[in-house]
Amino acid sequence: MKSYILPQYLVERDDYRCIRCEVCVRQCAFDVHWYDEEEDAVFADESKCVGCLRCATLCPTNALVVRHNPTEHPPNANWTRDVLQNIYKQAETGGVLLTGMGCDRDYPIYWDRIVLDASQVTNPSIDPLREPMELRTYLGAKPDALQVEGKGKKVSLRTRITPQLRLETPIMFSAISYGAISFNACESLARAAAEMGTYYNTGEGGLHRDLYKYGDHTICQVASGRFGVHADYLEVAAALEIKIGQGAKPGIGGHLPGEKVSAEISRTRMIPKGTDALSPAPHHDIYSIEDLAQLIYALKEATHWKKPVSVKIAAVHNSAAIASGMVRAGADIIALDGIRGGTGAAPTMIRDNVGIPIELALAAVDDRLRQEGIRNRASIVVAGGIRSSADVIKAIALGADAVYIGTAALVAMGCHVCQKCYTGKCNWGIATQDPYLSKRLNPEVGARRLVNLLTAWSHEIMEMLGGMGINAVESLRGNRLRLRGVGLSQEELDILGIKHAGA
Amino acid sequence: MKIEVDHHSGLPGVFVRVDGKVRINARQLHYRELNNMIKGAAAEGAEEIVVDNVYGQRYIGSGIRRAVNITVHGVPGNDLGAFMDGPRITVDRNAQDGVGNTMNSGVIVVHGRAGDIVAMGMRGGRIFIREGVGYRAAIHMKEYRKFRPVLVIGGETQDFLGEYMAGGLVIVLGLGKKGKASFAARHIGTGMHGGLIFMRGMVEEHQLGKEAAAVQASDEDKELIRPFVEEYAGYFGGDPREIMRSGFLKLFAKSHRPFGGLYAY
Amino acid sequence: MLRSAFCRDDKDFSACSIFGMMNMRGEKFDGGPVITAIANMKERSNGLGGGFAAYGIYPQYADLYCFQLMYDDEGAKEETEEFLKGSFSVEGAEVIPTRPCEGVDDPPLLWRYFLQPRENLACEVADVDDFVVRAVMHINVRIDGAFVFSSGKNMGVFKGVGFPEDIGRFFRLEEYEGYIWVAHGRFPTNTQGWWGGAHPFNILDWSVVHNGEISSYGINRRYLEMFGYICTLHTDTEVIAYAVDLLVRRHGLSVEDMARVLAAPLWTEIDRMPERERELHVALRQTYGSLLLNGPFSVIISNRGQMIGLTDRIRLRPLVAGRNGDFMYISSEEAPMHLVDDTLRETWIPQGGAPIVAELEESTRKEEEEGAKVLSLRGPDSA
Repeated sequence: MKSYILPQYLVERDDYRCIRCEVCVRQCAFDVHWYDEEEDAVFADESKCVGCLRCATLCPTNALVVRHNPTEHPPNANWTRDVLQNIYKQAETGGVLLTGMGCDRDYPIYWDRIVLDASQVTNPSIDPLREPMELRTYLGAKPDALQVEGKGKKVSLRTRITPQLRLETPIMFSAISYGAISFNACESLARAAAEMGTYYNTGEGGLHRDLYKYGDHTICQVASGRFGVHADYLEVAAALEIKIGQGAKPGIGGHLPGEKVSAEISRTRMIPKGTDALSPAPHHDIYSIEDLAQLIYALKEATHWKKPVSVKIAAVHNSAAIASGMVRAGADIIALDGIRGGTGAAPTMIRDNVGIPIELALAAVDDRLRQEGIRNRASIVVAGGIRSSADVIKAIALGADAVYIGTAALVAMGCHVCQKCYTGKCNWGIATQDPYLSKRLNPEVGARRLVNLLTAWSHEIMEMLGGMGINAVESLRGNRLRLRGVGLSQEELDILGIKHAGA
Repeated sequence: MKIEVDHHSGLPGVFVRVDGKVRINARQLHYRELNNMIKGAAAEGAEEIVVDNVYGQRYIGSGIRRAVNITVHGVPGNDLGAFMDGPRITVDRNAQDGVGNTMNSGVIVVHGRAGDIVAMGMRGGRIFIREGVGYRAAIHMKEYRKFRPVLVIGGETQDFLGEYMAGGLVIVLGLGKKGKASFAARHIGTGMHGGLIFMRGMVEEHQLGKEAAAVQASDEDKELIRPFVEEYAGYFGGDPREIMRSGFLKLFAKSHRPFGGLYAY
Repeated sequence: MLRSAFCRDDKDFSACSIFGMMNMRGEKFDGGPVITAIANMKERSNGLGGGFAAYGIYPQYADLYCFQLMYDDEGAKEETEEFLKGSFSVEGAEVIPTRPCEGVDDPPLLWRYFLQPRENLACEVADVDDFVVRAVMHINVRIDGAFVFSSGKNMGVFKGVGFPEDIGRFFRLEEYEGYIWVAHGRFPTNTQGWWGGAHPFNILDWSVVHNGEISSYGINRRYLEMFGYICTLHTDTEVIAYAVDLLVRRHGLSVEDMARVLAAPLWTEIDRMPERERELHVALRQTYGSLLLNGPFSVIISNRGQMIGLTDRIRLRPLVAGRNGDFMYISSEEAPMHLVDDTLRETWIPQGGAPIVAELEESTRKEEEEGAKVLSLRGPDSA
């Protein structure tokens, strides 16, 4: 069948600059480039190009320009290019549209409609370069009140604080499984988390033996497939996370194709090599809230009540009520993943049409827990489209204790968000199990890039906190008076619990 | 004895000249009335101005650009000697916050304690405090060519001594502490990028801001502070040789550009 | 007026002067010195609010809750009195005596009531004090034009719009005798002064006067709301009073631990502490992090038999203390302490976050408590 699909990108090569070094040929796992010896020229099959820009970035003479194909479809507000191309694709294959990364539709990004406050006159702003500035955050259940015994030097705590995760900066790396990404990418995340005093999350793919040494900075996920979940895995983790849902694909499960289940992955996930790894949509032992409680306490019991247990859900319409139930079911941490959250693979229609923006879910959940007087009993971690330190600080002011970053972390390691993670051919060595590709990401360099990113963001957060006259992040957490909306409707403002700028 | 009653105040007994020395009773005066009298007297060439019953009047010594002696009996208010350029002020009790704020030249001698932000942004002149000082002494003190401000603190200092310090000399004698007893202040020299702080006694590494470094002061270093320790002893008593025999720590900025590598380009 | 003028979500900003003096043997003195002291710091206020709290001033009613109220009009007064009669036995009701005073304009109706909670009603709530707090919240939130500005025992708050010395004269404070006097001169940056918005802010026996601005107000308020405190006044000071009430009265923390919450040590300091102390501090910050008062503040918190001074942990607002024999002083500036006590020699500047605590001597405290006990024998129904 002749394909009607137009190449998404055009590859323009400046022949004068091109030195025929063939870097592009070797770098492209999608086989876009090839060298013709007879003509002594390099050519491109543009229909294969995914726009990852690996070739353009590595070309030593900047001879390559990769452009979005400017060919115009007949103008139509309904039948846009993307819509038409998707239909052609499905007509030619009969398949479900698949994609990677987070939703790329233009739903409102509320972070960009919220502005921060700063001190002027009535309160000195604080210079974080010289004055103390504290980002340390503890995740876990807090008591409503603290009982202290004794007097003077002999005081001691009567209340026992339940286990907590200590973060030196309120940013963690989201759950990304070994399988979805390469071992080197996992190791980069683990090393960076350890160096920065924060945590990364295994996702649902188990934990490779070689990464056990970073256990103190690892959140081990327990998902519906229970891949790689065994006593050592639970034991080595700093915290456990039950994954109910994911912002990129609320309500559906996952599917790691058998061709990606290499020897190492099979050992880590504890499934036979080459078999599909299927994550069911629900946990088949959780059909209701009381079942969640049962699993939470089962994990606590299995780890001797020494680790906080997080529960991660996709942000959906009634997240607030669900979150309240989760807290009452014993979750120490509520992780909320919004509609812009990333994934290694998801059906496009689900990724782009199910779930709600994280900003609204966060505001609703924090409000609800406060109304019920149980906000202390769990920490809130949000994920799904956190792109900068400004997003982080706005999330905290709306009520989050910390954030998870996934896409931003991958971008720090080199990802160019081409959304082709599901192909396993990631030219940046991240979302692949191909040893030829994955060795492109040196874990040392990957970790350094991640550490740099968190260092820079942390510093920016300190600057913004200082500007507000605040020197401990806990004083901004849930402090919505320091936020204002710009260009939002009254309804949106009410949900976010903020006032419009100028008011 | 020659007594002239002046009518600067319109109140009897408030402003008098005794043998050419001006005496002001500040008891009922607002700071504007008081400072107008002091400035007026200074402009008329008075050499000695004595102010009695000072209770919190602000800005004494500000706006005077000649070397007149001002003696304050009482507790002067905030910003004593702010922007001061020349006068010599002596206070017989404690001073409040902001002593010598952005001072250019002159001398302030306090026979007691001073509050927060002593010598803030001070660019020249000398300040001597017999006892301790509050928070953020010598914050952003700076020097420029021939201007080199000096702050001598006889007692203890509280946190953030020498914050942002860009120049000048601070000497903390820690008198009243036994032997080498440690200082309690935290965040000393945080953001420091110039100038020197000498402290008589121990300071732990964690008490220093990360931009400041400390070494044992050499004999040569100590010669730098000797004249000011002697001047201190001249005002308040004590044996400067005895003081100078003790060990001093010298604190200095690790770099003149402590935040050079901060930004991404 | 009372609520409608303060419909905003936000707080007022204000800079201020604060002053407190206490005789730690419980010997009483009139309001003259404290007026002199606060007037000395006139530069720190702008005439849009002044106020005082005095302890030990109603010995004849020492066991009764004294509600001092501002009313917009007679209607509000009738509605409030109706409510009070339902919940309390009203042992006394009178106009708070005032005198006309230049600089004090348009005062509201000012009344005070000496109240005994009705036993059968108070029993339904675990704690009588909680019952009283609810009554205060009810009046302040539900009754339009009425505002309880003082609700403790054997103490009273006197405040309004004007310079503090004028407010003091207006309320004839030289006619009262107490063993603790606390004063406040206000410098709000918003233009509207409101009688209820002046300091001190009071709940039960706790009074707070405050200088500075709490940058963490938004989260402090939301945290307190979870515990049933409704912030009606939109001043930072209100959250301090509630926070102290929650931590000390309801959760039973010591004053020192309360200070460790409101002005928590930095993590770097906590990390260096010996293990037990560290464990306590970490737990306090973990549990009560939302009550950390961030931003610049100095406060004087007073309670029956107790006066506490506290500043933020990096001391962004001034506070000095002084002691002379049985007298303890806490002040924004040094000079006024000397102005009212010329023999005062011992003064010091407290470390940021470290509380200054002045307490009645043990023997005196007993007398006061026993005195209260004797009076309470009368019981609610014997009147």
